[in-house]
This record gives sequence, structure tokens and C-alpha cells, in this order.
Amino acid sequence: MMWIFLLSDTFIFSCFLIAYGTVRMSTTIPWPNPSEVFALTIGGTHVPLLLIAIMTFVLITSSGTMALAVNYGYRKNKMVTFWLLLATALLGAAFVGMQAFEWTKLIVDEGVRPWGNPMGAPQFGAIFFMVTGFHGTHVSIGVLFLGIMAVKVLRGNMDTGKPGFMTGRKQDYNMVEIMGLYWHFVDLVWVFIFAVFYLW
Amino acid sequence: MSSNEGQQHPLGIYFQIWILLFALSAASYMVDYMQFQGYLRWFLIISFMMLKAGLIVAVFMHMLWERLALVYAIIVPPLLLLVFVGIGTLEGDYTFLTREIFFAGAE
Repeated sequence: MMWIFLLSDTFIFSCFLIAYGTVRMSTTIPWPNPSEVFALTIGGTHVPLLLIAIMTFVLITSSGTMALAVNYGYRKNKMVTFWLLLATALLGAAFVGMQAFEWTKLIVDEGVRPWGNPMGAPQFGAIFFMVTGFHGTHVSIGVLFLGIMAVKVLRGNMDTGKPGFMTGRKQDYNMVEIMGLYWHFVDLVWVFIFAVFYLW
Repeated sequence: MSSNEGQQHPLGIYFQIWILLFALSAASYMVDYMQFQGYLRWFLIISFMMLKAGLIVAVFMHMLWERLALVYAIIVPPLLLLVFVGIGTLEGDYTFLTREIFFAGAE
């Protein structure tokens, strides 16, 4: 079922990215240069795309800890699975935090709005907030469910095979794998957003 | 998922893929940092993107060890998106063209 959901989600995100491509191609006003828009100045030096690069590394790291959590889940190692899930959730939360910082910087300091911005094509804001907002929502929901899953693992629900919430089905470590599928998918979407939106 | 009940892989493979993903991300960041432009930029960005996507789906999401039926069911439908991308490109270019003509006439 998770695969079916992810397939449908693939189409949703693809529609967004194709819409972005079409909009960017059709505008006669120059598109703002993402390399400049998302640059950070640290200690007087101007580094392009730094925050986005850090966000990318954080998300990949969280994907790594998630993969390890699934592996330790199958080994029925309760505590390690719990800590790895928690680490994944914290990295995800850090990602959302950095995204909030990025949005604040764009909205407050640079005056980017969904209907216009000082740097160029007005469609930039609309597409940017839509795509990254939708992805950020996915990450936030993922963090929430990672937290729930971590608590379930810690309680030992997977070991005792206790029925889950509002279902008679017994819980087991496959749930961690399915959680992992969702989380890796969120990372996967970011790979595409990073490439076509930020690097283009 | 039902087909791979309790699948076991050595931890090493995850660390290898992890390092590979880091290297690929760093490489795609360098594309921007070095300010490569034009077709070279396109080519590098798309290659790194597809490599990363492939690694995540194949290893982290365990697609490599799934039944072939599931692999096809998941991989084939998104291929249709390429057609959609093509249509989007045509549409975008056409809109750009008409806008150029229209706005040039308006001035």
C-alpha cells in the first residue's frame, strides 16, 4: 500500500515540477538566479546555495539513519532501532527548521511574495512556496510519524505483537520498513527539487 | 514487503551508499559553486540527480530485492512522465513565443 501511495505522490510532485518547468520556460522576464537568491554571507564571504547544501546533507544523513533503523529493526534490536528512529526524526526536524529560516529570510528580508519579488519573474515566489511548502509538509508529517514509531518500538509493541491503534493487525518490525519507504521517498523528492529548482 | 519478510543485509552496504550519496551531493553542489553553465551543467545535474535517485530507490528502499512484478509496477508508470515533460516543454516554448510576439507588438 505504501508503494501505491508513493507512486501517486510521485505524480503529484512531478506535476509541480513540470508546472515549474513550463512556467519558467514561458516567462519573458528573467528568472531570479537561485544561486544568488539562496546565497549566504558567512564571516564576510559570499557562499552560494550554502544553506540548501547543508539541508541536502542533513536529509541524506537522516535517510542513512533510517536505513540503519530498518536494518536493526529486522535484527529485533529494540533500543538501537529506537535511537536511530529518534535521530532520523531530529534530523528531519532540523531540516524543517532550516527551511523555516530560509522562508523567513526570503519573505522578510528579500520581499519575495507568491505574486512577485524584486529579483525577476513574479512566478518565482508562487512556484517556490508551493513546491518547497509541499515538500516541507511531507517532512513534517514524516517527523511526526517517526516520533510515533519510535515510541511504539520503545514500548516493545513490535516484540509483543500487540494490535495497533484502531486495527486488529499485530504490530511488527515491518512497520519500521514501511515508515522507511515513506522517509526515503521524501529524501528522493528533495533530490529532484534540489537538482531542478536550486541548481538549474 | 510481504515478499521480503525480515530481510537481512550487512550494514556495510548502507554506509557505502551513504558515502556515495554524500559524494554525489557534494559533486552537484560543486557544479553550482564552480559556475558551470550551459549543456555541461544540464548534463551533470541530471546525471547526479538520476544516480542519487537510483541509489536511494534501489538500496535504501530495497527495490533491488523486490519481486520483479513490483519493480515494474512502480518504475514503469513514472516513465510516462517523460511524455508529460515533453508536452510541458512544447507548451512552455509556445507560450514564450506568443508572449514575445504580443509584448513586442504592444510596445
